[in-house]
Amino acid sequence: MKVSRRNLVVKWGAASVAGVALGAVSARVHAQATAAAGVVNIYSSRHYGVEGVFETFTRETGIRVRFTSGGDAALRERIRAEGRHTPADMLITVDAGNLVLAQTQGLLQPVASEALGRNIPAHLRDPGNHWFGLTQRVRTILFHPARVPVAELSTFEALADPRWRGRLVMRPATHSYTQSLVASMIAAHGEAGAERIVRGWVANAPQLIDSDTRILEVLAAGGGDVAITNHYYLGRLLEANPAFPVRLMWANQAAGERGVHVNISGAGITTHAQNRDHALRLLEWLSAPRGQELFAGSNHEYPASPAAPVHRIIAGFGSFRGDRLDLRELGRLQADAIRLLDRAGYR
Amino acid sequence: MRTPADAPSLAAGAVPAQAGPKLRLRGVGKRYGQVEALRKLDLEVAAGEILLIVGPSGCGKSTALRLIAGLDSPDQGEIEISGQVVAGSRWVGPEQRGVGMVFQDYALFPHMSVTQNVAFGLQRWPRERRAARVAEVLALVNLGRHAQRYPHELSGGEQQRVAIARALAAQPQLLLLDEPLSNLDAELRAEMRVELRRVLKAAGITAIMVTHDQEEAFAIADRVAVFSRGELCQIGAAEEVYHAPACRFVADFVGEAAFLRGSVAGQRLVTEIGEFDGSGWPSGATVEVMLRPADVRLHARPDGEGEVVSRHFRGADNAYDVRLPSGTLLRCSLPAAQPLPVGARVRVEPVSARAVTFAVADAALQC
Amino acid sequence: MTLPGGRRWRLGASAASMAIAALAVLPVLVVASALLTPTADIWQHLWATLLPLMLVNTVALLAGVGLGTLVLGAGLAWLVTAYDFPGRAVFQWLLMLPMAVPAFIMGFVFMATFDVAGPVQGALVAWFGSAAWFPEIRSPLGAITVMTLVLYPYVYMLALVGYRGISASAFDTARVHGYGQARFFWKVVLPISRPAIAAGVALALMEALADFATVRYFNFPTLADGVVRIWHGMWDLRAASELAGLLATFALAALLLERSQRGRTRYHEAGGRSPGLPRIALAGRSRWLAAAACAAVVGVAFVLPLAQLAAWAGVELGRMGPGVAQVYLELALNSLTLAALAALVAVLLAIVLSSGVRMAGSRAARAVATLATTGYAIPGPVLAVGILLTLTPLDHALNYFTEYWAGVTVGLLLTGSIVGLIYGYVARFLAVAYQSTDAALEKVKPNLTMAARTLGAGSWRILLRVHLPLAAPGILVAATLVFVDVMKELPITLMLRPFGYETLATWVWQMAAESIWTGAAVPALAIVLVGLLPVALLVNMVTRR
Repeated sequence: MKVSRRNLVVKWGAASVAGVALGAVSARVHAQATAAAGVVNIYSSRHYGVEGVFETFTRETGIRVRFTSGGDAALRERIRAEGRHTPADMLITVDAGNLVLAQTQGLLQPVASEALGRNIPAHLRDPGNHWFGLTQRVRTILFHPARVPVAELSTFEALADPRWRGRLVMRPATHSYTQSLVASMIAAHGEAGAERIVRGWVANAPQLIDSDTRILEVLAAGGGDVAITNHYYLGRLLEANPAFPVRLMWANQAAGERGVHVNISGAGITTHAQNRDHALRLLEWLSAPRGQELFAGSNHEYPASPAAPVHRIIAGFGSFRGDRLDLRELGRLQADAIRLLDRAGYR
Repeated sequence: MRTPADAPSLAAGAVPAQAGPKLRLRGVGKRYGQVEALRKLDLEVAAGEILLIVGPSGCGKSTALRLIAGLDSPDQGEIEISGQVVAGSRWVGPEQRGVGMVFQDYALFPHMSVTQNVAFGLQRWPRERRAARVAEVLALVNLGRHAQRYPHELSGGEQQRVAIARALAAQPQLLLLDEPLSNLDAELRAEMRVELRRVLKAAGITAIMVTHDQEEAFAIADRVAVFSRGELCQIGAAEEVYHAPACRFVADFVGEAAFLRGSVAGQRLVTEIGEFDGSGWPSGATVEVMLRPADVRLHARPDGEGEVVSRHFRGADNAYDVRLPSGTLLRCSLPAAQPLPVGARVRVEPVSARAVTFAVADAALQC
Repeated sequence: MTLPGGRRWRLGASAASMAIAALAVLPVLVVASALLTPTADIWQHLWATLLPLMLVNTVALLAGVGLGTLVLGAGLAWLVTAYDFPGRAVFQWLLMLPMAVPAFIMGFVFMATFDVAGPVQGALVAWFGSAAWFPEIRSPLGAITVMTLVLYPYVYMLALVGYRGISASAFDTARVHGYGQARFFWKVVLPISRPAIAAGVALALMEALADFATVRYFNFPTLADGVVRIWHGMWDLRAASELAGLLATFALAALLLERSQRGRTRYHEAGGRSPGLPRIALAGRSRWLAAAACAAVVGVAFVLPLAQLAAWAGVELGRMGPGVAQVYLELALNSLTLAALAALVAVLLAIVLSSGVRMAGSRAARAVATLATTGYAIPGPVLAVGILLTLTPLDHALNYFTEYWAGVTVGLLLTGSIVGLIYGYVARFLAVAYQSTDAALEKVKPNLTMAARTLGAGSWRILLRVHLPLAAPGILVAATLVFVDVMKELPITLMLRPFGYETLATWVWQMAAESIWTGAAVPALAIVLVGLLPVALLVNMVTRR
């Protein structure tokens, strides 16, 4: 009995020693952020599909791209804490508000680039050139055509109408998608107006599901009729299954309406970037038509640059008029939006 | 711990000549919260002696043992082992005292074999000597063939012997035993008493043992110490303690005793069953006579002053409780061949005029 | 067991325990320091809106999970210990397997399986048309059910260990006094096993308290959810830390409850190994009911998620090429390395801490040890920030000095390597290691320590030759629990991992965040399968007779 225990201890001991050695080695290797020549190090909260894009960039330019992903807030905290020792050259996020906040916290440096100014429309980038939108993520109204004639749908606000009671499926208040949408509504209608609308939504007892994909699948299965989601999830689902029944309509398109809610996924160069020039090169490459097509297309998003080609499937959704709201407002009003959602009982 | 180089040979049973006692306690006191467990204890134990400490529960005997072992420290007083102070003006921890201890529940290491248990205290011995020593000490307790077994595979008596062997292996200066036999059944206990004394004497070791069983104490001890409520009442050879108890408590605790009142007239002590030697007491004093069962004889007499109130058959003899006119109960015995019925009247007769006497005490049996 | 003397050792051990406790509690304190500067307006807002609901939900979650894991864990453990029925031996270890499944993975599997768009309701609708009804899975009940299914193995395992210590003669004694099997369980078994079971329930409660990801699937906002909500949403770390401080008090309450339950009794094993409880063979319907109950629990809590993950993974693997295997191998290696290192460090520290507390013997020492384990109840993301804020000043200071003295920039040695990660894991999971280690060391009879002392063994020798070997099973349990927990851990890993260092858990998170279930399934499956190995080890140790 004692012998087998000793064996166990020996085995664990050996494994641990090996583990320590391995860990130390791998840690050292990975910590060498600036070891190789021609490297860009990215902190990105957007993970899906980016490796392929970066591989293409590396093939064309010879500059290696290394990235680490994480949640928006976590990445920001990390860059802030790391200070001038941060290995990150570029920060990529999936929400305008995050970029605004990163800038406010002094994490991003302004970049003077003629190419970027040319490629990215002014309303999709920071006037002070700290960050640049790379793709457009449109949040709009999705529906099941068998149960909802498209003519009945018009605006986000109209969904507060009692006729939609029990038929709505939406994202909970915890996600930034919802918060940004409400922020844009505050900007358009003022706080009181926006609150009225949100209360209307709540009165319709929407199903709250914390996954846009799931929301669409619930629509398809008949668990709901109308939803508000980001457009590219439908793109993904259609790519996997062309017979997917849910359809999309662009909200708030009528004359006099502000346009459908548009958010961006974008990037900025960090204040203490050690590979600034390479990072700028990557940024410019991503803003050019080729990079745009790959980057946006990898997730069925709309490119920021109007000159870039649009992915086949989402091209089928037709053109839309986007809300030209200053994106910085989304960041500024996010906290208010959250409070509003809490007050209105939208969980 | 002594190293094997200067150790006496076990087989010879020789004990090195030593000046002074092996263990000395001077004015040792210990208090636990409100309770005074030991009160100014003075004790000396000679080398090679086996001392048994008896007393009722709570009398402080286990506390004394723990203090000697170094598992607790005294509040007052000094403890010396082999002339070195180990508690009091200096402190020596249990690891350095060279005191072996056998616990009531043996405290064998369940994850080690008998050999490993016994060898546990030998870590400072050179490796070559350890195996030989283990074998030697196991042979002493007659457990050689169980060397590779584990504690849970042994019987109670065998475990106890392993505990003793383990404590003896490193040749401690002193061996302490805390009620080592109380977990054994009666028959085994009787056997083990003899065995234990043999082992201790063969090892030539100074031993202090605690027990609540006085018969056990008499069988094993060279000297017996009787404790009561934290105080040492009497210490001496077993016969001395039995036949000449120093106080009423000892008289009552050791062996069966009854106390009969009498009054002194001149040189004689007059009681209802006869006269005793009353010298040493002032005339007219009222004293109590200690009567053991062997100090009186019973005769069946219809006009006897005593009445048998109960009878216990004990195999070889019968024990009788006899009530005297004064109401005092005496315990006496007769061979079983002549049983007396309950209720029979008897004449009680002292065997000898010499008796142990005490002043009339108050209710509490204190020293 | 306060032994006088050996003072140098006592001081040394106490000092070491203090140091460990200080290090472990430092990130918690950093987070809690935010409580000193309360942000009034956020609190006001919270009180007016969500905080009451979050409080109620948290209490409900704790009550539900506490009750559920207690009944399921202690009850099933008793079923397989005291009774015999078909498949008992197999179920005994099968019932431990759900421990390998991370809670949030169970969460999204449940969602995918049981909600409106899932196959179960789809089948029901196909069979029964519009008359089909299924309980709403996105509800408090759903949240409590999933958390209970994931967390009961902690209680189950510790209860098994506790029951094993009860001797057959205890049962015979009870029988002689007219106790039936049931009464014996309530009056004898449960009280004796109380510390073990209480420890398990405390662990489960702390896990439930700190969970912010799983409850999100069920629209069930708890305090932990609130903490993350504030941080991510309102970007106010201080406010989030305040709420986290509130959370920590709940955790302390849970810990204190467990301590108080342990009481003043000593639960040492009686001298010598006894054969253990005799099993009663069930007859008739009871046999099949018992087997069915076990099968149902194992089925829902383990087989179901495994099957769903396997199905998704099949889709994914069919699509991907051979280069994928390389990536997953590296992920797995990273996960294993971190888990093994963290387990080793956590257990060593737990041993020192436990021994130090035992030697000091004072209530203050125990309180300090309890404080050192509060990291478990802080939601991962907030604790991660606490660690970041604790370590980066050190890193900066280090760089400052090396630049000043040697002109060399060493970079971020602590947060840029896995040292920061291991520190984070230990701060988080010391509670787990400590519970089991302490309970195991406490079972060593004081007489053995005294005997060893009188035999001349110094304190080191006593620790190494007597205490550790006897407590080894419990200590290995502690190591294994930490190992499994680190394998599943997410927020600290995400926050503190060195550049480019990915683990299985971070990969799953990234996929799940995008609702790409097929992509998440492969690493999720890997986590479960790799986690099965230490769980198997645990099972082996716990069920060995």
